[in-house]
Amino acid sequence: MEAAAHAASQTDAEPRTYLNHETSLWEWLTTKDHKKIGIMYLISLAVVFLVAGLLAMAVRLELMSPDFSIMSASQYNQTFTMHGIMMVFLFIVPSIPAILGNFVLPLQIGAKDVAFPRLNLASWYVYIAGGALTVTALLVGELSTGWTFYTPYSSQQGTAVIFMTGAIFVSGFASIFTGLNFIVTIHKMRAPGMTWNRLPLFVWGLYATSIVQVLATPVVGITMLLLILEQTLQIGIFDPALGGDPILFQHFFWFYSHPAVYIMILPAFGILSELIATFSRQRIFGYRAIALSSVAIAMLGFLVWGHHMFVSGQSAISSIVFSLITYLIGIPSGIKIFNWIATMYKGSVWLQTPMLYALSFLFLFTIGGLTGIMVGVLGVDVHLHDTYFVVGHFHYVMMGGSVIALLGGMHYWWPKITGRMYNETLGKIAAGLVFVGFNVTFFTQLVLGSQGMPRRYYEYVDRFAELHMISTIGSFILASGLFLVLGYALHSLFYGKKAPQNPWAAATLEWTNVAAIPDPHNFTSTPLVTRGPYDFHKADEVFGGSGDGQARGDGAGSDASRLAPPEAAPSAPKEDASA
Amino acid sequence: MNDSGTFWLPEAASTVAAEVDGLFYFVYWASAIIFVGVVAAMIYLAYKYRRRDPNDRPEPVEESRLLEISWIVVPTILVLLVFTWGFQTFVTLQTAPPNAYQIQGQAYSYGWNFEYPEGAQTTDELYLPADRPVQVRLSSREGDVLHSFYLPQFRVKQDVLPNRYTSVWFEATEPGTYELFCTEYCGVGHSQMLGEVNVLPADEFDEWVAEAGINEDELSLVELGELQYQRNGCQGCHSLDGSAMAGPTFQGLYASERAFADASSVEADENYLRESIIEPDAKVVEGYGSGIMPSFAHLSERDVTALVEFIKEQQ
Ligand code: HEM
Ligand SMILES: [Cu+2]
Repeated sequence: MEAAAHAASQTDAEPRTYLNHETSLWEWLTTKDHKKIGIMYLISLAVVFLVAGLLAMAVRLELMSPDFSIMSASQYNQTFTMHGIMMVFLFIVPSIPAILGNFVLPLQIGAKDVAFPRLNLASWYVYIAGGALTVTALLVGELSTGWTFYTPYSSQQGTAVIFMTGAIFVSGFASIFTGLNFIVTIHKMRAPGMTWNRLPLFVWGLYATSIVQVLATPVVGITMLLLILEQTLQIGIFDPALGGDPILFQHFFWFYSHPAVYIMILPAFGILSELIATFSRQRIFGYRAIALSSVAIAMLGFLVWGHHMFVSGQSAISSIVFSLITYLIGIPSGIKIFNWIATMYKGSVWLQTPMLYALSFLFLFTIGGLTGIMVGVLGVDVHLHDTYFVVGHFHYVMMGGSVIALLGGMHYWWPKITGRMYNETLGKIAAGLVFVGFNVTFFTQLVLGSQGMPRRYYEYVDRFAELHMISTIGSFILASGLFLVLGYALHSLFYGKKAPQNPWAAATLEWTNVAAIPDPHNFTSTPLVTRGPYDFHKADEVFGGSGDGQARGDGAGSDASRLAPPEAAPSAPKEDASA
Repeated sequence: MNDSGTFWLPEAASTVAAEVDGLFYFVYWASAIIFVGVVAAMIYLAYKYRRRDPNDRPEPVEESRLLEISWIVVPTILVLLVFTWGFQTFVTLQTAPPNAYQIQGQAYSYGWNFEYPEGAQTTDELYLPADRPVQVRLSSREGDVLHSFYLPQFRVKQDVLPNRYTSVWFEATEPGTYELFCTEYCGVGHSQMLGEVNVLPADEFDEWVAEAGINEDELSLVELGELQYQRNGCQGCHSLDGSAMAGPTFQGLYASERAFADASSVEADENYLRESIIEPDAKVVEGYGSGIMPSFAHLSERDVTALVEFIKEQQ
């Protein structure tokens, strides 16, 4: 009934959009629309992020001072374990590709959908199945292995480990499905004129990510399967008590988990290019270098896993080789930073919230990368390994990098996804809180670590007390920023100002050729691409052609209804309907 | 410990520490300079080219090959320099001098045993001579998990495995007391798996090690039981003063009534204590999990009896 009422009202008043089309719960759950699947992922991942974030707050609270305690050692171990597992396997790894990749990728290349819409929907269900297994693991027993599942400790922990590793095995398929889908989509579904050199860099980032997802994820799947087989059949693979080798597990684990850090960061690099280009109104400096270095990083990323094992007892020669390759792969990341900064040169830098996140990213990821170089130095890593320095390093890259980029991207594409603007002032305040809170929390952890504080400690010696207290205070500032984001995001859904089609004056297809809220089929006619993604000097339609002060670039502040719809890029000649 | 560390690093008390610290600070300052440059450039450009009008339409900038090449080449050189230096330090850390004094270290959940060539044995305390290279050969107890031997003031760390030996060497420079941490996550007692490192001047160390060798055969059963209680790490989970830890306290345990999860109960006599040591999961006291305590079936008959006698003493 509601749907019928909707249908009636839309014919006369509102245009058809993907949000007012097929709106029943059943239609959502069986949708093959990449945009809706992206939103379903968004909601699921937001829940995971919230839960895992609250667990992190519990950890910080416990560590606030040496004598203050809210839980037992065993509960503490379970808390940081679930925090790590959920954040890594169920949140960051899927996050950007599954949410923004799903929503934006087809729009950016001028496609109606991804290549395999059903597989896309299946990936969400597989992910949910992984989530269900995770909940089962929590119900059947205690899980306290840390996110790394090192043997033989994990072999001695019983059924919860079996379910959790099962969950990772299953949710790995969601990653593989998404990756496969994107690779084929990018190869086969680009609009006419969308050459490889005109692909937005977000698409390049997703392409490189997908390669890693498809090649690396099976390895973690197999590792988890071996762990399960070892425990159920008592065959010795990793557990020395059964004749296995614990170091072998570490090799297998990092053979996936190092490339996995590129699954987390490459799409973030992609978002950053979009943000920097749009909000500087400049062509990305070194487009080709950024695009190709992503693919190079994706490939080389398979050859450095041993840098997690410098003191594990692996041979010194392997440590040396791994250290060298680690550096070689650090360089392309550095080059990207320089390129993004250079992009602002002679641009028109507009400091809206997404750009604030982009600049935060540059600040934080630079620290993340430089601390990465520090832990890559063989002699120094012996001291820093398994201390809070490593904890600080990977939070700077994963949270300061991937999550900050995701937040920037969410603000950037929010108007396209929801058709509403968020509150810009609150957005800026929250970005500031997140930035300050993050640094207070994690910079102190770098100092703690180099001072010798081991990670995964429930209790600690007194000389670390002050820094732990500061870190906990920082985490509260950080959390307040994130809750503010949650608050104004929900508010904007209902009360936000209606978004214009292209509030940021961006030049990529999802802004220039797609309605304010996209049509269920994205484009009313297939676009014909005639310029690069960041050729603002050629993008007359973005500026309303005449530059008469009626710029559309300021949608956030101006009254959207005043603006005539921009002239879209020309349409391609009509194709055969069956194509 | 005398608090002479820097903002980033704790006090340095071994010969390699100076080398590691030099390298740390080199990377640190190089990073700091790069970081400040990056942030300054970012702020400068964001301000200088800030948007002045919604209709700004900047001209596209041509890429500069020279700039691009220079920011590839300079970091590459820096990084190769750091790699080479780190590599040399690593080789130093890995190659023990042939004349190093040998100590055996055994890790268990949750503690450390050390055995010296002269026969002395210590638990959670490592005695070291100053100015003499020392090599510690490490292993984790059979059936136990991974641990890691970390001396922050010495800047050395080595994982400890149950199925093979690993080793670490260092040379202490200053007499004093330092920290030993376990840095490979090993379970509920991970953060209590600490030790104390006592560096003695060489002559005092020689005296200590000569005196500390104990002849177990001369000890009474209760004395031997106390030694085994410490050596096997029972104290990590069982207190003697009635306080609750991962396992039940030994105080007043003997002859008390033990209640089990299946609602059965039994009096804790000698045979019950013996069974609990050798086959801990046979009966698990209510409120405690099974699979937590390892079996101590490898102890000799005399050691087990000694432990039972020792527990009986705790009234
Ligand atoms: C310049 C780039 C980077 C370099 C040189 C680098 C280097 C390293 C090294 C050597 C370690 C091992 C340290 C140790 O355990 O002692 C490490 C740990 C880690 N790195 Fe990075 N890294 C870089 C970027 C990244 C990125 C982009 C991510 C993820 C987005 C990341 C995530 C991690 C994680 C999760 C760990 C620790 C895992 C654990 O032990 O639990 N790193 N990194
Ligand atoms: Cu890595």
